[in-house]
Parts: sequence; C-alpha cells; structure tokens
Amino acid sequence: MHDHALAEQSDALRLRSLDDLNRLRKQILDKRDPDQPEIVVCHGTGCLANGSADVSAAIRSALDTSGIEAKVVPGIKTTGCQGFCSHGPLVVIRPRGIFYQKVKPKDAKEIIEKTIVQGDVVKRLLYKNPTDGEKILHEQDIPFYKRQTRVVLHNIGKIDPTDISDTIASGGYQALAKALTTMTPEQVVQEIETSGLRGRGGAGFPTGRKWRSALTAIEKKGRPVYVVVNGDEGDPGAFMDRTIMEGDPHAVLEGLILGAYALGANQGYLYVRAEYPLAIKHLTIAMEQARACGLLGDNILNSGFSFDARINRGAGAFVCGESTALFTSIEGNPGNPRPKYVRSVEEGLWGRPTVLNNVETWANIPLIVNKGGDWYAKIGVPHSTGTKVFSLVGKVNNVGLVEVPMGVPLSTIVEDIGGGVPGGAPFKAVQTGGPSGGCIPYELKDTPVDFDSLTKAGSMMGSGAMIVMDNRDCVVDVGRYFLRFLEEESCGKCMPCRLGLSRMREILDNFSEGKGSEKDIEDLLSLSKAIQDSALCALGSSAPNPVLTTLKYFKDEYLAHVTRQKCPAGVCKNLITYSIDPELCTGCTSCAKQCPVGCIEGEKKKTHAIDTGLCIRCGICMDTCKFNAVNVI
Amino acid sequence: MITFTINDQKVTAKKGWTVLETAREYGIEIPTLCHHPAVKPSGACRLCMVELKEKNWSKLVASCIYPVAEGINVYTETPRVHNVRRWILEMLLASCPASPEISALAQAHGVVSTRFKIHDPSQTCMICGLCQRICEEVVGLSAIAVVDRGVHKKVGSPFMRPTDVCVACGCCLTVCPTGAMKDIFDTVRGEPKMPLTQLAM
Repeated sequence: MHDHALAEQSDALRLRSLDDLNRLRKQILDKRDPDQPEIVVCHGTGCLANGSADVSAAIRSALDTSGIEAKVVPGIKTTGCQGFCSHGPLVVIRPRGIFYQKVKPKDAKEIIEKTIVQGDVVKRLLYKNPTDGEKILHEQDIPFYKRQTRVVLHNIGKIDPTDISDTIASGGYQALAKALTTMTPEQVVQEIETSGLRGRGGAGFPTGRKWRSALTAIEKKGRPVYVVVNGDEGDPGAFMDRTIMEGDPHAVLEGLILGAYALGANQGYLYVRAEYPLAIKHLTIAMEQARACGLLGDNILNSGFSFDARINRGAGAFVCGESTALFTSIEGNPGNPRPKYVRSVEEGLWGRPTVLNNVETWANIPLIVNKGGDWYAKIGVPHSTGTKVFSLVGKVNNVGLVEVPMGVPLSTIVEDIGGGVPGGAPFKAVQTGGPSGGCIPYELKDTPVDFDSLTKAGSMMGSGAMIVMDNRDCVVDVGRYFLRFLEEESCGKCMPCRLGLSRMREILDNFSEGKGSEKDIEDLLSLSKAIQDSALCALGSSAPNPVLTTLKYFKDEYLAHVTRQKCPAGVCKNLITYSIDPELCTGCTSCAKQCPVGCIEGEKKKTHAIDTGLCIRCGICMDTCKFNAVNVI
Repeated sequence: MITFTINDQKVTAKKGWTVLETAREYGIEIPTLCHHPAVKPSGACRLCMVELKEKNWSKLVASCIYPVAEGINVYTETPRVHNVRRWILEMLLASCPASPEISALAQAHGVVSTRFKIHDPSQTCMICGLCQRICEEVVGLSAIAVVDRGVHKKVGSPFMRPTDVCVACGCCLTVCPTGAMKDIFDTVRGEPKMPLTQLAM
C-alpha cells in the first residue's frame, strides 16, 4: 500500500467497526498462499549498514532474470531488525525457515537457483555453531534465538513495518478494537495494573500505578491530558527502542492509542531522537496509514473516541531522554530538566497531567490488553513481570538484540545467548543500564536480571543496554568513558552535575596516569555521594554509579593504578609497556611493518624488539602478532 | 496555614511557600547563590539542599523550590547536607577563583582551599543563570542567555555578539552574586535601540 494509493482510496479504506477490521484481516490472509516461499531480508539499521539494501536489490534482480515458474515465484519482504546483528546481513527463507547469514549481493543468484528453484540449501551461508562446528539450518535452532522469548519483538523480522496490511494480518490493532468495543477506559487501566508491567525506560515505575495517579490528577485538574512516547534512547550501546520503532511501529502507536483511550487523552507526542531517521520514517508512514484506515484521528473505528499524535524530533541532547527535559524540549525550550517535586502525572507537558512511557512500555500495552493482565503477570518473576529486551554489545560473540523473561540469570544472556567472550575466557564484568547503571562482576553472573536484583547488586535495569567487558577492559578507563560522556551531555544547569562530573573525571584521569593516592579514592566516594544527593535530575544523581560499582567490585584494580602505577588490563597508556617475548617471536616482521612509528626493529627470522622510548602504546603490534609474542605489562 | 518542623523547631507557613522562604521567615540560615526574590527559583546551585527525615527514611531536597507540606521534618545542618555544601563550595573555589564573594562564602562554611585544578584564575562567573532569569522575567527582554550545555555552558548574548535588544538597564549587574556580570556586560550590550538617556527625557 503506497501513499498515493492510500490517499485515493482513503475513504474506501476507512475501517468503521471491529467487523471491518476482521473482514480486512481475513481478506489479506485469504489472498496469501501459505506455501508460497518468502525471502525475508533484514533491513534493520545494523544490516543496512552491512549492505543489506544491496542484498535485497540483488535478490530482486536475480529473481527477475531467473525466469522461474509462476506458481513458485517467491515474495520478497524487507523487515526490521531481526536481532542477530553481528551476523548480518540476514536472509530468511520462509515458510521453511532457512537462515542465511552474512549474505553478500553476489550470493543472490545462488540463493534463488538453489534454494528457491531446486529446494537445496546454500551451505556456506548457514550459521556455524561455534561450540561444535555444526552448520545450523533453521532460525529457531540457533542458540542465539532458541533461548529467547520473543513477546514484544514477536512481529519484528516477520512483518514489513511500512505496510499496515502486514501488521493487521498479524493481529495488529485487535487490542485497540477490543478495548474500544468491549472495554471501558477503567477496565484498560485495571488490566495494566493486573499485569504488573513496570516502565522499561530505566527506573521501573509500575505503569498501572502511574496511569492511576494520572487519573486522580485529572479528577482534580480536569482535562486536557497528554500521552507521550519517550523514544529518545541515548545510552551508549542501547538500541532496543530503535528496533521496536523501526521494526514494529504500529505496536508503539497502538499502545499509545490504548493509553490515550484509558486516560481520555486526545493528543499524544512521540519524542524520537533525530539520530534515528529510519525510526522516524517508519513511524511517520505508520501514522499516515493508521489515519487512512481510521485507526488514528477523529472517531476511531466509529467509537466516538478521537485521538491524534505527532512526532517531535530531538536535537541531539542525551538529557532530553529525562522526562521533564523532554517536556521542556517539546514545549520549544532548551532541554533542561525541572525538579520533580510535583510529579509529571500532575504537571507535565504544558503544565497538564501527562503520562510519559518508554517505547518498549507502550509496545507491551496491546499485548496486555489482548491477552489479559493475568497472562502477562505469569511471564517473568513476581515484581518484575513480562519480558525485557536487551541490546548485547561489547566483548561478546553474538552482538545483537535479545528478549528474555525477567529474572533469567545474567549468565544465560551473556554466555548462552551471547555466546560468551570471543576467545572463550570468562567475561570480566557487564555494564547494565548504560551510563546511569553499574558494573556487575563475573562472580555475580547468576544474578537474576530483574529490576530489584540488579538494584541490589548496585546497578540498575536501565533501558536495557548490556556492555560486556573482558580482561582487557580497565575499570578506570570505563569510568572515565562514562563520565566524559555525561559531562558533555549534562544540561549544565545544576552545579553538582556540571562541576562534579568533570572533577570526578579529572581524578580518574590522574589515576590513569598513575598519579593520585588512596585518599583520592575516598574523595571520589564522598564526592559521588554528594552528587547523588544533590543533582537536580536522574542524569546527575545516577552518574556516579559506574564509578561506585567498579570501586565496590574492582577496588584492587584502582589501587594498582595509584599505589603501583600499573594498569592490570593493559589499557592506561601511561602505565604500560609493550615487549616482545624472544621465545615466541619468529621474526616474521609483520609487527614491524604495521608499527605506525617504526619503533620495532629486528631482522627477518630473528627476534624483534620494541624501542619503548619511541613506542606510543597503540597496541597494533599485539593485535598483529599471530604467535602471541607481544606482551603488555 | 501549614505546620511542619525545621531543625525540630515548629514552624508555620502559608500554602505555596517554599521551605527556604519559611526558613528565612524564622531567621534560619540556609546558604544560597542562585536564589533571588525578584525571580522564580530555579534550583541550580544546590547550596540550599536540606534533609527531609521520616523515621528510617531520608532524602535531600532543594529548599528553594521544595513546596512546604504538612508534617514534614526538615533539617538544615546534617552530615549529608554538609557534605553536599562543602563539595559544591570547594568546586566553586576552583571554578571561580577570582570571586571574593565565593571565597567568603566558602570560608564561612569551613572551606578554605580546593584540591581541584584551577583552569582559569580570572574566572568569576559560576553560571547560576540569575542574569538570564532577571532579564527574561523582570525586564522582559531576554538579551542574555545561558547557551550550550554541560561543561561548555556559558553566559552570553545570542550568537555571542553584542545585541541591541539590551537596554543597558543594569538589572543583571545588580543581581549577579559574584560580580561576574561587570566583565560580561560589555560583550552583551550593543548600541541600544533606545538609549536610557532618551528614555529619561
């Protein structure tokens, strides 16, 4: 369905009842042949960056020139992110579920000829299980997917996000139709309360309770009330919300409309960061199509309920993910947070009662309304119900997007699904919750991943970024990285955040140069406490968390920097020296060729040596050496 | 009227007052830098943090913006409050080393030196935003803005060029708690659209 076609048929398309919706769904499904092969190409941002647009174009042209018979002509579908980003571009042949990874445009012809026409498999494109070397044919048998529970992501990778008929065919907008025809707004709020859903944006506030207190505020202050989607996902290493907005935009929209119905809102806002152009594009298309179908706008499904929404783009400020800064940004002012002594549900956007939820939270709403709060509450663990989407990045084999029930052990995510650290060593720590979260060490790998257990470990759920670190990551360096990020991204209004974060970073800078003392570590703790106690918003008050948790679990590593002037991980440049082990060096000369400053000398087939006076400690020699002869101390 | 306690002393306040206003009414001292009665409180300097206590629970709030509520227990001189104040003052000493006002305030709270590196020995502005707020809220002009964010935040006119929007009324000079505005003033003030002398005639 394209825009111009939609405009022409807009009246004809308009759905006026639940029956209309079901009739349309049946029509779409009846037209489909379940045996017709479908070539699904991942067009998520990760795969696109790896060239999947060229792959789908190549498949299309290979299909055009192949001249295969009409009855087996496959459909081609491009979808949102299928999650297995480190192995992209991904191509799945349905209904057989054959999973090809790292596909290049030149593979297109072979895929068509072998798999589509002859029914064979292109073996070299299959995923190889790293543990036993076996090739895996089907998507669902790959360990990365096998242990996931895809609830929020159930549509992503299956539907074309730019075509509403695909969404409707897979059951989209059923929850909205159900609510509008059979449920009162109060019943919708009750279902959300029963589900135990907690906000996916970071703090984990119970969504039902938030809606309930908004209703109380509305009783006092009257309407209008606003509903807002927080799509300003900015944590380094986080891409859960982006994937949902890109891959299943109608789920977010349907959730938002349901929330608006429950609260009696007629206007909503989707605040999406400008760095997510594809998410904005897909949401825009989704909203246009939903409007044309009468699922958004005036008199939705002829129920008498009207609601519309608009997209506001961020302008590159991380702090605008903070709810009050987000409101001031939508209002047209610089994105500075304001104190939350009066809560947003009472005085939010334009000073009116406002319910703001994260993208993933909204995407959960249709599922809960459809299947019931009780069904949802059975997934996960008590007090942390449902599933959570995590983006798994860093020193891990299977970089990508995973969804698991709340409460699974951290090791299941990192080791079983993520495939562990490349090289097989145990991970050192996992940073959860982005710059506001904390580091969880390997010793706590059995920690259940739910809101309360992570907080108990000194970290937090956050929005769901998981950065895996190994023994070559230095905790002082990690702390410096996050502080540097936040001192740039702080709005700068309150002094503990603006001054404190850069002073903390200066102390860590000193550590990385071997300067400082144990007293500085105490100062760091005391200053962190002051910032936690006094910063105006959560950006500042949670900023010391990475430093505090690494100090808690890796104090020895800090002490090594300040008392012995050593960086055990071999990262802090001022504290390390590279040397070549004469026993292992074969004199292959490759390190000398790669050294950017030419400080490695030695004749062919004779032991090489590094001139430490000239060495800039870039580590290229170590990465180049095939014989593990380069050491760092 | 709303009744609560400050440092275990029973106090009463009108609805809509802040904790700071009540404390000042009773002569209880709470240090501030970015607060001025002529403009709305912004809660930027965080020197006015006080501790709210309730049995085993306690938290710090900014008294200049915290609305009074029945039965709260406010403490203005606790170890947590002192820790915050001292760190902020020590950091301000390093950021605004040329300001005698900051030195005096720090000294009054027992902070006489700073362990932090001084990047600009002549700096006096701590970017509290009072100049911007008085220009916007009282004068109604917005000739001065606080631009950029994070560590790059600074006070200036639009595009950091002298602006004819400024009428050189001097309100910003009056409210500036550190005298920093006298150095910034000439970078903001352009040729006024209507000189003050003309206004007087």
